[in-house]
Amino acid sequence: MTIQEKQQEVIDEFSMFDDWMQRYEYMIELGKSLPLIDEKYKIDENLIKGCQSKVWVHAELEGDRLVFTADSDAIITKGIVAILIRVFSDQHPAEIIEADTQFIDEIGLKEHLSPTRANGLVSMIKQLKMYAVAYQTQLN
Amino acid sequence: MSQQTQAKTFEVEKIREDFPILNRKVNGYPLVYFDNAATAQTPKQVMDAIVDYYSNYNANIHRGVHSLSQEATDKYEQARIKIQKHFNAEKAHEIIFTSGTTHGINLVANGFSSLLSEGDEILVSAMEHHSNIVPWQMLCEKTGAKLKVIPMDENGELIYSEFEKLIGPATTLVFLNHVSNALGTVNPIKRIIDKAHSAGAAVLIDGAQAAPHIKADVQELDVDFYVVSAHKMCGPTGVGVLYGKEEWLEKLPPYQGGGEMIATVSFEKTTYAGLPHKFEAGTPNICGGIAFGAALDYMNNIGFKEIAAYEHELLDYATTKLKEIEGMKIYGEAAEKTAVISFNIEGLHPYDLGTLLDKMGIAVRTGHHCAQPVMDFFKIPGTVRASFSFYNTFHEIDLFIEGVKKAKMMLQ
Repeated sequence: MTIQEKQQEVIDEFSMFDDWMQRYEYMIELGKSLPLIDEKYKIDENLIKGCQSKVWVHAELEGDRLVFTADSDAIITKGIVAILIRVFSDQHPAEIIEADTQFIDEIGLKEHLSPTRANGLVSMIKQLKMYAVAYQTQLN
Repeated sequence: MSQQTQAKTFEVEKIREDFPILNRKVNGYPLVYFDNAATAQTPKQVMDAIVDYYSNYNANIHRGVHSLSQEATDKYEQARIKIQKHFNAEKAHEIIFTSGTTHGINLVANGFSSLLSEGDEILVSAMEHHSNIVPWQMLCEKTGAKLKVIPMDENGELIYSEFEKLIGPATTLVFLNHVSNALGTVNPIKRIIDKAHSAGAAVLIDGAQAAPHIKADVQELDVDFYVVSAHKMCGPTGVGVLYGKEEWLEKLPPYQGGGEMIATVSFEKTTYAGLPHKFEAGTPNICGGIAFGAALDYMNNIGFKEIAAYEHELLDYATTKLKEIEGMKIYGEAAEKTAVISFNIEGLHPYDLGTLLDKMGIAVRTGHHCAQPVMDFFKIPGTVRASFSFYNTFHEIDLFIEGVKKAKMMLQ
Protein backbone atom coordinates (compact mmCIF):
# COMPACT_ATOMS: atom_id res chain seq x y z
CA MET A 1 0.00 0.00 0.00
CA THR A 2 1.21 3.50 -0.74
CA ILE A 3 1.37 6.19 1.90
CA GLN A 4 -1.64 7.80 0.25
CA GLU A 5 -3.66 4.59 0.47
CA LYS A 6 -2.70 4.05 4.09
CA GLN A 7 -3.71 7.61 4.92
CA GLN A 8 -7.07 7.03 3.27
CA GLU A 9 -7.49 3.87 5.30
CA VAL A 10 -6.91 5.78 8.54
CA ILE A 11 -9.30 8.53 7.42
CA ASP A 12 -11.98 5.93 6.68
CA GLU A 13 -11.57 4.33 10.08
CA PHE A 14 -11.79 7.64 11.93
CA SER A 15 -14.84 8.72 9.91
CA MET A 16 -16.86 6.08 11.76
CA PHE A 17 -16.62 7.99 15.02
CA ASP A 18 -19.06 10.73 15.94
CA ASP A 19 -17.35 12.28 18.91
CA TRP A 20 -13.98 12.95 20.43
CA MET A 21 -14.35 10.22 23.03
CA GLN A 22 -14.63 7.48 20.44
CA ARG A 23 -11.70 8.94 18.53
CA TYR A 24 -9.53 9.07 21.59
CA GLU A 25 -10.58 5.62 22.73
CA TYR A 26 -9.54 4.32 19.34
CA MET A 27 -6.23 6.16 19.54
CA ILE A 28 -5.61 4.62 22.95
CA GLU A 29 -6.30 1.19 21.41
CA LEU A 30 -3.88 1.95 18.59
CA GLY A 31 -1.32 3.01 21.14
CA LYS A 32 -1.52 -0.37 22.75
CA SER A 33 -0.86 -2.08 19.40
CA LEU A 34 2.21 0.02 18.52
CA PRO A 35 5.13 -2.07 17.18
CA LEU A 36 7.37 -1.59 20.17
CA ILE A 37 10.90 -0.38 19.88
CA ASP A 38 13.62 -2.73 21.09
CA GLU A 39 14.60 -1.70 24.65
CA LYS A 40 18.18 -1.16 23.50
CA TYR A 41 17.02 1.69 21.27
CA LYS A 42 15.28 3.52 24.10
CA ILE A 43 18.19 5.86 24.47
CA ASP A 44 18.45 9.62 24.64
CA GLU A 45 19.63 9.89 21.03
CA ASN A 46 16.32 8.41 19.89
CA LEU A 47 14.26 10.70 22.10
CA ILE A 48 12.18 13.29 20.31
CA LYS A 49 12.50 16.76 21.75
CA GLY A 50 9.50 18.98 22.29
CA CYS A 51 7.15 16.45 23.83
CA GLN A 52 5.82 16.59 27.39
CA SER A 53 5.85 12.81 27.31
CA LYS A 54 8.86 10.80 26.23
CA VAL A 55 8.84 9.48 22.65
CA TRP A 56 11.52 7.24 21.23
CA VAL A 57 11.67 6.44 17.52
CA HIS A 58 14.08 4.05 15.85
CA ALA A 59 14.48 3.65 12.09
CA GLU A 60 16.03 0.79 10.17
CA LEU A 61 16.37 0.02 6.46
CA GLU A 62 14.94 -3.28 5.25
CA GLY A 63 15.96 -3.47 1.62
CA ASP A 64 14.99 -0.13 0.18
CA ARG A 65 12.26 0.44 2.75
CA LEU A 66 12.44 2.30 6.00
CA VAL A 67 10.88 0.60 9.02
CA PHE A 68 10.04 2.54 12.17
CA THR A 69 9.52 1.31 15.70
CA ALA A 70 8.64 3.57 18.60
CA ASP A 71 7.42 3.89 22.15
CA SER A 72 6.16 6.53 24.51
CA ASP A 73 5.47 6.69 28.22
CA ALA A 74 2.08 8.33 27.56
CA ILE A 75 -0.64 6.30 25.92
CA ILE A 76 -2.26 9.06 23.82
CA THR A 77 1.13 10.02 22.47
CA LYS A 78 1.68 6.35 21.72
CA GLY A 79 -1.56 6.34 19.76
CA ILE A 80 -0.46 9.33 17.72
CA VAL A 81 2.92 7.73 17.00
CA ALA A 82 1.16 4.49 16.09
CA ILE A 83 -0.90 6.29 13.46
CA LEU A 84 2.19 7.98 12.04
CA ILE A 85 4.13 4.74 11.95
CA ARG A 86 1.29 2.86 10.35
CA VAL A 87 1.28 5.43 7.55
CA PHE A 88 4.98 6.03 7.12
CA SER A 89 6.67 2.78 8.08
CA ASP A 90 7.72 0.21 5.49
CA GLN A 91 7.91 2.82 2.74
CA HIS A 92 10.68 4.03 0.49
CA PRO A 93 12.49 7.00 2.10
CA ALA A 94 11.79 9.16 -0.97
CA GLU A 95 8.05 8.57 -0.51
CA ILE A 96 8.27 9.49 3.17
CA ILE A 97 10.08 12.72 2.38
CA GLU A 98 7.44 13.68 -0.19
CA ALA A 99 4.35 12.70 1.82
CA ASP A 100 2.02 15.39 3.12
CA THR A 101 0.29 15.12 6.50
CA GLN A 102 -3.09 16.48 5.56
CA PHE A 103 -4.76 13.34 6.93
CA ILE A 104 -4.04 14.40 10.52
CA ASP A 105 -6.42 17.27 9.94
CA GLU A 106 -9.03 15.01 8.40
CA ILE A 107 -9.10 12.57 11.30
CA GLY A 108 -9.88 15.38 13.72
CA LEU A 109 -6.48 15.66 15.35
CA LYS A 110 -5.71 19.04 13.88
CA GLU A 111 -5.31 20.52 17.36
CA HIS A 112 -2.24 18.34 17.80
CA LEU A 113 -0.62 19.86 14.74
CA SER A 114 0.01 23.24 16.29
CA PRO A 115 3.76 23.68 16.63
CA THR A 116 3.30 25.02 20.14
CA ARG A 117 1.36 21.98 21.30
CA ALA A 118 3.28 20.23 24.04
CA ASN A 119 2.83 16.74 22.58
CA GLY A 120 5.24 17.44 19.77
CA LEU A 121 3.36 15.80 16.89
CA VAL A 122 5.10 18.24 14.60
CA SER A 123 8.46 17.20 16.03
CA MET A 124 7.57 13.55 15.49
CA ILE A 125 6.75 14.09 11.81
CA LYS A 126 9.90 16.11 11.39
CA GLN A 127 11.93 13.34 12.99
CA LEU A 128 10.45 10.62 10.75
CA LYS A 129 11.21 12.74 7.69
CA MET A 130 14.74 13.42 8.90
CA TYR A 131 15.35 9.69 9.22
CA ALA A 132 14.03 9.34 5.66
CA VAL A 133 16.38 12.03 4.41
CA ALA A 134 19.33 10.37 6.14
CA TYR A 135 18.55 6.91 4.75
CA GLN A 136 17.75 8.30 1.32
CA THR A 137 21.32 9.54 1.00
CA GLN A 138 22.50 6.11 2.13
CA LEU A 139 20.45 4.45 -0.61
CA ASN A 140 21.87 6.82 -3.21
CA MET B 1 -23.95 21.66 54.51
CA SER B 2 -21.29 24.01 55.72
CA GLN B 3 -19.78 24.22 52.23
CA GLN B 4 -22.94 25.57 50.78
CA THR B 5 -23.37 28.06 53.57
CA GLN B 6 -19.84 29.21 53.00
CA ALA B 7 -20.41 29.41 49.25
CA LYS B 8 -23.55 31.44 49.82
CA THR B 9 -22.02 33.92 52.19
CA PHE B 10 -19.09 34.19 49.83
CA GLU B 11 -21.40 34.98 46.89
CA VAL B 12 -19.28 33.21 44.36
CA GLU B 13 -21.95 33.44 41.67
CA LYS B 14 -21.93 37.20 41.94
CA ILE B 15 -18.15 37.25 41.76
CA ARG B 16 -18.22 35.06 38.65
CA GLU B 17 -20.21 37.74 36.84
CA ASP B 18 -17.06 39.87 36.94
CA PHE B 19 -15.15 37.29 34.89
CA PRO B 20 -16.50 37.11 31.33
CA ILE B 21 -14.10 34.32 30.37
CA LEU B 22 -15.78 31.93 32.80
CA ASN B 23 -18.82 31.84 30.51
CA ARG B 24 -17.00 30.46 27.54
CA LYS B 25 -17.06 26.93 26.26
CA VAL B 26 -13.98 24.89 25.47
CA ASN B 27 -14.26 21.89 23.17
CA GLY B 28 -18.01 22.11 23.51
CA TYR B 29 -18.01 21.99 27.32
CA PRO B 30 -18.35 24.83 29.82
CA LEU B 31 -14.87 25.94 30.80
CA VAL B 32 -13.60 24.72 34.17
CA TYR B 33 -10.48 26.75 34.78
CA PHE B 34 -8.18 25.10 37.30
CA ASP B 35 -4.86 26.50 36.13
CA ASN B 36 -5.01 29.53 38.38
CA ALA B 37 -1.54 28.97 39.83
CA ALA B 38 -0.14 29.65 36.35
CA THR B 39 -2.33 32.63 35.46
CA ALA B 40 -5.43 33.86 37.22
CA GLN B 41 -8.34 35.25 35.22
CA THR B 42 -9.03 38.95 34.90
CA PRO B 43 -12.18 40.66 36.20
CA LYS B 44 -14.03 43.37 34.27
CA GLN B 45 -12.85 45.97 36.77
CA VAL B 46 -9.24 45.36 35.74
CA MET B 47 -10.12 45.30 32.05
CA ASP B 48 -11.93 48.61 32.57
CA ALA B 49 -8.77 50.12 34.05
CA ILE B 50 -6.83 48.98 30.97
CA VAL B 51 -9.41 50.40 28.56
CA ASP B 52 -9.59 53.63 30.59
CA TYR B 53 -5.84 54.05 30.35
CA TYR B 54 -5.69 53.64 26.58
CA SER B 55 -8.91 55.59 26.02
CA ASN B 56 -8.12 58.58 28.18
CA TYR B 57 -4.56 59.16 29.32
CA ASN B 58 -2.07 56.98 27.43
CA ALA B 59 1.22 58.88 27.63
CA ASN B 60 4.77 58.46 28.81
CA ILE B 61 5.36 59.08 32.49
CA HIS B 62 7.74 61.20 34.54
CA ARG B 63 8.82 63.25 31.53
CA GLY B 64 6.17 65.30 29.86
CA VAL B 65 5.02 68.75 30.84
CA HIS B 66 1.69 68.02 29.22
CA SER B 67 -1.46 67.03 31.05
CA LEU B 68 -1.79 63.48 29.77
CA SER B 69 1.73 62.63 30.87
CA GLN B 70 0.99 64.10 34.28
CA GLU B 71 -2.23 62.11 34.60
CA ALA B 72 -0.49 58.90 33.59
CA THR B 73 2.33 59.59 36.05
CA ASP B 74 -0.14 60.27 38.85
CA LYS B 75 -2.08 57.08 38.20
CA TYR B 76 1.09 55.01 37.93
CA GLU B 77 2.43 56.40 41.19
CA GLN B 78 -0.95 55.92 42.83
CA ALA B 79 -0.75 52.26 41.81
CA ARG B 80 2.67 52.04 43.44
CA ILE B 81 1.19 53.41 46.66
CA LYS B 82 -1.68 50.91 46.49
CA ILE B 83 0.85 48.12 46.18
CA GLN B 84 2.95 49.59 48.99
CA LYS B 85 -0.10 49.68 51.26
CA HIS B 86 -1.18 46.20 50.26
CA PHE B 87 2.17 44.69 51.27
CA ASN B 88 2.59 47.21 54.08
CA ALA B 89 5.96 48.44 52.86
CA GLU B 90 7.28 51.35 54.86
CA LYS B 91 8.05 53.51 51.82
CA ALA B 92 6.58 53.73 48.32
CA HIS B 93 10.03 53.78 46.72
CA GLU B 94 10.70 50.35 48.18
CA ILE B 95 8.26 49.07 45.55
CA ILE B 96 10.02 48.54 42.21
CA PHE B 97 7.90 47.75 39.19
CA THR B 98 9.20 44.77 37.23
CA SER B 99 8.00 42.61 34.37
CA GLY B 100 7.19 39.87 36.89
CA THR B 101 8.67 37.62 39.55
CA THR B 102 11.45 36.28 37.34
CA HIS B 103 12.59 39.81 36.54
CA GLY B 104 12.56 40.71 40.24
CA ILE B 105 14.68 37.71 41.16
CA ASN B 106 17.16 38.40 38.38
CA LEU B 107 17.41 42.03 39.43
CA VAL B 108 18.40 41.01 42.96
CA ALA B 109 20.69 38.20 41.79
CA ASN B 110 22.46 40.58 39.43
CA GLY B 111 22.82 43.15 42.18
CA PHE B 112 24.37 40.62 44.51
CA SER B 113 26.97 39.59 41.97
CA SER B 114 29.03 42.60 43.03
CA LEU B 115 28.53 41.90 46.73
CA LEU B 116 29.40 38.20 46.85
CA SER B 117 32.77 36.58 46.89
CA GLU B 118 34.22 33.09 46.91
CA GLY B 119 33.37 31.16 50.02
CA ASP B 120 30.00 32.85 50.45
CA GLU B 121 27.05 30.49 50.62
CA ILE B 122 23.57 30.80 49.23
CA LEU B 123 20.71 28.65 50.51
CA VAL B 124 17.72 27.74 48.36
CA SER B 125 14.92 25.33 49.14
CA ALA B 126 14.42 22.00 47.40
CA MET B 127 11.00 23.07 46.18
CA GLU B 128 11.94 26.10 44.13
CA HIS B 129 10.65 27.09 40.72
CA HIS B 130 13.38 27.09 38.08
CA SER B 131 13.24 30.89 38.11
CA ASN B 132 14.49 30.77 41.69
CA ILE B 133 17.25 28.25 40.98
CA VAL B 134 18.82 29.24 37.69
CA PRO B 135 19.61 32.91 38.52
CA TRP B 136 21.41 31.79 41.68
CA GLN B 137 23.35 29.11 39.83
CA MET B 138 24.42 31.78 37.37
CA LEU B 139 25.32 34.04 40.26
CA CYS B 140 27.41 31.28 41.86
CA GLU B 141 29.23 30.63 38.60
CA LYS B 142 30.07 34.30 38.36
CA THR B 143 31.17 34.86 41.96
CA GLY B 144 32.44 31.49 43.16
CA ALA B 145 29.78 31.41 45.88
CA LYS B 146 28.30 28.03 46.78
CA LEU B 147 24.67 27.01 46.36
CA LYS B 148 23.25 24.80 49.11
CA VAL B 149 19.84 23.21 49.19
CA ILE B 150 17.41 22.99 52.13
CA PRO B 151 15.86 19.52 51.77
CA MET B 152 12.17 18.63 52.07
CA ASP B 153 10.31 15.57 53.33
CA GLU B 154 7.71 13.26 51.76
CA ASN B 155 4.87 15.60 52.70
CA GLY B 156 6.52 18.35 50.73
CA GLU B 157 7.55 20.31 53.82
CA LEU B 158 10.98 21.83 54.33
CA ILE B 159 13.03 20.11 57.01
CA TYR B 160 13.67 23.00 59.36
CA SER B 161 16.30 21.18 61.39
CA GLU B 162 18.33 20.69 58.19
CA PHE B 163 18.03 24.38 57.45
CA GLU B 164 19.41 25.13 60.91
CA LYS B 165 22.38 22.90 60.16
CA LEU B 166 23.03 24.54 56.79
CA ILE B 167 22.88 28.14 57.87
CA GLY B 168 26.05 29.63 59.28
CA PRO B 169 28.42 32.56 59.18
CA ALA B 170 29.22 31.89 55.49
CA THR B 171 25.54 32.18 54.49
CA THR B 172 25.02 35.46 52.69
CA LEU B 173 21.62 34.90 51.16
CA VAL B 174 18.60 32.68 51.64
CA PHE B 175 16.05 32.31 48.86
CA LEU B 176 12.85 30.42 48.99
CA ASN B 177 9.28 30.58 47.91
CA HIS B 178 6.54 31.55 50.30
CA VAL B 179 4.36 28.90 48.66
CA SER B 180 5.58 26.09 46.41
CA ASN B 181 4.10 26.26 42.92
CA ALA B 182 4.31 22.50 42.40
CA LEU B 183 2.98 21.40 45.79
CA GLY B 184 1.15 24.32 47.37
CA THR B 185 3.17 24.04 50.60
CA VAL B 186 3.17 27.23 52.68
CA ASN B 187 6.71 27.60 54.00
CA PRO B 188 7.41 28.90 57.52
CA ILE B 189 9.06 32.01 56.15
CA LYS B 190 8.90 34.13 59.30
CA ARG B 191 10.87 31.53 61.22
CA ILE B 192 13.37 31.21 58.39
CA ILE B 193 13.77 34.97 57.98
CA ASP B 194 14.45 35.43 61.70
CA LYS B 195 16.96 32.61 61.78
CA ALA B 196 18.69 33.88 58.61
CA HIS B 197 18.93 37.39 60.03
CA SER B 198 20.44 36.13 63.24
CA ALA B 199 23.14 34.50 61.09
CA GLY B 200 23.64 37.77 59.21
CA ALA B 201 22.10 36.58 55.92
CA ALA B 202 19.65 38.46 53.71
CA VAL B 203 16.41 36.79 52.59
CA LEU B 204 14.52 36.95 49.32
CA ILE B 205 11.05 35.43 49.29
CA ASP B 206 9.40 34.47 46.02
CA GLY B 207 5.82 35.40 46.76
CA ALA B 208 4.39 34.60 43.30
CA GLN B 209 2.28 31.66 44.51
CA ALA B 210 1.47 33.10 47.92
CA ALA B 211 0.32 36.56 46.92
CA PRO B 212 -3.03 35.48 45.39
CA HIS B 213 -4.00 33.79 48.68
CA ILE B 214 -2.05 35.34 51.53
CA LYS B 215 -1.56 39.03 52.18
CA ALA B 216 2.07 39.31 53.16
CA ASP B 217 3.10 42.10 55.54
CA VAL B 218 6.71 42.78 54.58
CA GLN B 219 7.45 44.83 57.70
CA GLU B 220 6.06 42.23 60.05
CA LEU B 221 7.96 39.52 58.17
CA ASP B 222 11.05 41.74 58.23
CA VAL B 223 11.87 40.26 54.81
CA ASP B 224 14.62 41.89 52.76
CA PHE B 225 13.12 41.22 49.34
CA TYR B 226 9.70 39.96 48.30
CA VAL B 227 8.75 39.42 44.65
CA VAL B 228 5.37 38.88 43.01
CA SER B 229 3.66 38.82 39.60
CA ALA B 230 0.41 40.61 38.78
CA HIS B 231 -0.96 37.88 36.51
CA LYS B 232 -1.39 35.48 39.42
CA MET B 233 -3.48 38.11 41.22
CA CYS B 234 -6.13 38.92 38.61
CA GLY B 235 -3.83 41.49 37.00
CA PRO B 236 -2.32 41.57 33.52
CA THR B 237 0.69 39.53 32.37
CA GLY B 238 4.11 41.13 32.06
CA VAL B 239 4.08 43.16 35.25
CA GLY B 240 5.04 42.54 38.85
CA VAL B 241 6.87 44.14 41.72
CA LEU B 242 9.98 43.70 43.74
CA TYR B 243 9.76 44.91 47.31
CA GLY B 244 13.15 45.61 48.77
CA LYS B 245 14.17 47.23 52.02
CA GLU B 246 15.46 50.70 51.27
CA GLU B 247 18.91 49.95 52.70
CA TRP B 248 19.27 46.95 50.40
CA LEU B 249 17.99 48.71 47.30
CA GLU B 250 20.43 51.53 47.97
CA LYS B 251 23.26 49.02 48.19
CA LEU B 252 22.48 47.12 44.99
CA PRO B 253 23.78 48.53 41.70
CA PRO B 254 21.25 49.22 38.91
CA TYR B 255 20.25 46.24 36.78
CA GLN B 256 19.65 47.84 33.41
CA GLY B 257 20.85 51.11 32.00
CA GLY B 258 18.63 53.46 30.04
CA GLY B 259 16.26 56.36 30.30
CA GLU B 260 14.32 57.02 33.49
CA MET B 261 17.05 55.53 35.75
CA ILE B 262 19.54 58.39 35.52
CA ALA B 263 20.03 61.69 37.32
CA THR B 264 22.63 63.20 34.98
CA VAL B 265 24.39 61.80 31.94
CA SER B 266 27.56 62.91 30.26
CA PHE B 267 30.07 60.79 28.35
CA GLU B 268 32.41 61.08 31.31
CA LYS B 269 30.01 60.05 34.03
CA THR B 270 26.41 59.19 34.66
CA THR B 271 24.83 59.51 38.05
CA TYR B 272 21.89 57.29 38.83
CA ALA B 273 18.46 58.37 39.85
CA GLY B 274 17.21 57.64 43.33
CA LEU B 275 14.80 54.87 44.26
CA PRO B 276 12.68 53.51 42.71
CA HIS B 277 13.76 54.92 39.34
CA LYS B 278 17.28 53.54 39.61
CA PHE B 279 15.79 50.11 38.88
CA GLU B 280 13.16 51.20 36.38
CA ALA B 281 15.09 51.90 33.20
CA GLY B 282 13.13 52.70 30.07
CA THR B 283 9.42 53.21 29.60
CA PRO B 284 7.73 50.78 31.98
CA ASN B 285 4.53 48.81 31.53
CA ILE B 286 2.51 51.85 32.63
CA CYS B 287 -0.89 50.43 31.88
CA GLY B 288 0.13 47.12 33.48
CA GLY B 289 1.19 48.83 36.69
CA ILE B 290 -2.06 50.76 36.91
CA ALA B 291 -4.07 47.60 36.15
CA PHE B 292 -2.14 45.75 38.86
CA GLY B 293 -3.33 48.42 41.29
CA ALA B 294 -6.90 47.87 40.09
CA ALA B 295 -6.51 44.11 40.58
CA LEU B 296 -5.38 44.62 44.18
CA ASP B 297 -8.36 46.90 44.77
CA TYR B 298 -10.61 44.19 43.38
CA MET B 299 -9.17 41.43 45.55
CA ASN B 300 -9.03 43.57 48.69
CA ASN B 301 -12.62 44.51 48.12
CA ILE B 302 -13.56 40.84 48.37
CA GLY B 303 -11.10 40.39 51.22
CA PHE B 304 -8.06 38.14 51.45
CA LYS B 305 -9.31 36.41 54.58
CA GLU B 306 -12.59 35.60 52.87
CA ILE B 307 -10.75 34.44 49.75
CA ALA B 308 -8.43 32.16 51.73
CA ALA B 309 -11.29 30.67 53.75
CA TYR B 310 -13.36 29.90 50.67
CA GLU B 311 -10.40 28.49 48.73
CA HIS B 312 -9.61 26.18 51.64
CA GLU B 313 -13.13 24.82 51.51
CA LEU B 314 -12.60 24.14 47.80
CA LEU B 315 -9.24 22.52 48.50
CA ASP B 316 -10.58 20.24 51.25
CA TYR B 317 -13.58 19.24 49.16
CA ALA B 318 -11.48 18.44 46.07
CA THR B 319 -8.83 16.60 48.11
CA THR B 320 -11.43 14.37 49.77
CA LYS B 321 -13.13 13.62 46.45
CA LEU B 322 -9.87 12.90 44.63
CA LYS B 323 -8.72 10.53 47.37
CA GLU B 324 -11.79 8.38 46.75
CA ILE B 325 -10.39 7.54 43.30
CA GLU B 326 -8.43 4.31 43.24
CA GLY B 327 -4.70 4.67 42.59
CA MET B 328 -4.72 8.36 43.49
CA LYS B 329 -1.45 9.78 44.75
CA ILE B 330 -1.37 13.39 45.91
CA TYR B 331 2.04 15.06 46.10
CA GLY B 332 2.49 17.63 48.81
CA GLU B 333 0.31 17.18 51.85
CA ALA B 334 1.79 19.84 54.03
CA ALA B 335 -0.25 20.85 57.05
CA GLU B 336 -0.45 24.33 55.64
CA LYS B 337 -1.02 24.66 51.91
CA THR B 338 -2.80 26.85 49.39
CA ALA B 339 -5.51 25.65 47.00
CA VAL B 340 -3.21 23.56 44.81
CA ILE B 341 -3.40 19.80 44.29
CA SER B 342 -0.62 18.02 42.47
CA PHE B 343 -1.47 14.41 41.72
CA ASN B 344 -1.00 11.31 39.62
CA ILE B 345 -3.06 8.17 39.17
CA GLU B 346 -1.10 4.95 39.37
CA GLY B 347 -0.12 3.70 35.92
CA LEU B 348 -1.29 6.82 34.08
CA HIS B 349 0.84 9.52 32.54
CA PRO B 350 -0.08 13.06 33.64
CA TYR B 351 0.01 14.16 30.02
CA ASP B 352 -2.72 11.68 29.07
CA LEU B 353 -4.93 12.78 31.94
CA GLY B 354 -4.41 16.46 31.10
CA THR B 355 -5.17 15.90 27.41
CA LEU B 356 -8.46 14.14 28.10
CA LEU B 357 -9.48 16.69 30.74
CA ASP B 358 -8.88 19.41 28.18
CA LYS B 359 -11.20 17.61 25.78
CA MET B 360 -13.83 17.98 28.51
CA GLY B 361 -13.20 21.70 28.88
CA ILE B 362 -11.19 21.33 32.08
CA ALA B 363 -7.96 23.31 32.17
CA VAL B 364 -5.23 21.90 34.42
CA ARG B 365 -1.48 22.06 34.22
CA THR B 366 0.55 18.93 33.52
CA GLY B 367 4.27 18.39 33.51
CA HIS B 368 7.09 19.27 35.85
CA HIS B 369 5.74 22.77 36.65
CA CYS B 370 9.20 24.28 36.20
CA ALA B 371 10.24 22.46 39.35
CA GLN B 372 12.19 19.48 38.08
CA PRO B 373 14.05 18.98 41.38
CA VAL B 374 10.66 18.45 43.08
CA MET B 375 9.70 15.87 40.45
CA ASP B 376 13.08 14.15 40.85
CA PHE B 377 12.51 14.00 44.60
CA PHE B 378 9.27 12.07 44.08
CA LYS B 379 10.85 10.13 41.14
CA ILE B 380 8.10 11.09 38.70
CA PRO B 381 8.17 12.78 35.29
CA GLY B 382 5.47 15.21 36.31
CA THR B 383 2.05 15.60 37.84
CA VAL B 384 -1.38 16.91 37.04
CA ARG B 385 -1.88 20.14 38.95
CA ALA B 386 -5.29 21.56 39.69
CA SER B 387 -5.20 24.98 41.30
CA PHE B 388 -8.28 26.80 42.51
CA SER B 389 -9.22 30.41 42.79
CA PHE B 390 -11.96 32.23 44.66
CA TYR B 391 -14.16 32.32 41.55
CA ASN B 392 -14.21 28.52 41.24
CA THR B 393 -17.15 26.53 42.57
CA PHE B 394 -17.93 23.20 44.21
CA HIS B 395 -19.90 22.32 41.11
CA GLU B 396 -16.77 22.81 38.99
CA ILE B 397 -14.90 20.47 41.31
CA ASP B 398 -17.63 17.89 40.77
CA LEU B 399 -17.21 18.26 36.99
CA PHE B 400 -13.46 17.91 37.41
CA ILE B 401 -13.80 14.76 39.53
CA GLU B 402 -16.18 13.24 36.97
CA GLY B 403 -13.70 14.20 34.25
CA VAL B 404 -10.80 12.54 36.07
CA LYS B 405 -12.86 9.37 36.53
CA LYS B 406 -13.90 9.33 32.89
CA ALA B 407 -10.33 9.89 31.70
CA LYS B 408 -9.10 7.14 34.00
CA MET B 409 -11.67 4.74 32.59
CA MET B 410 -10.65 5.56 29.03
CA LEU B 411 -6.95 5.17 29.72
CA GLN B 412 -7.03 1.91 31.64
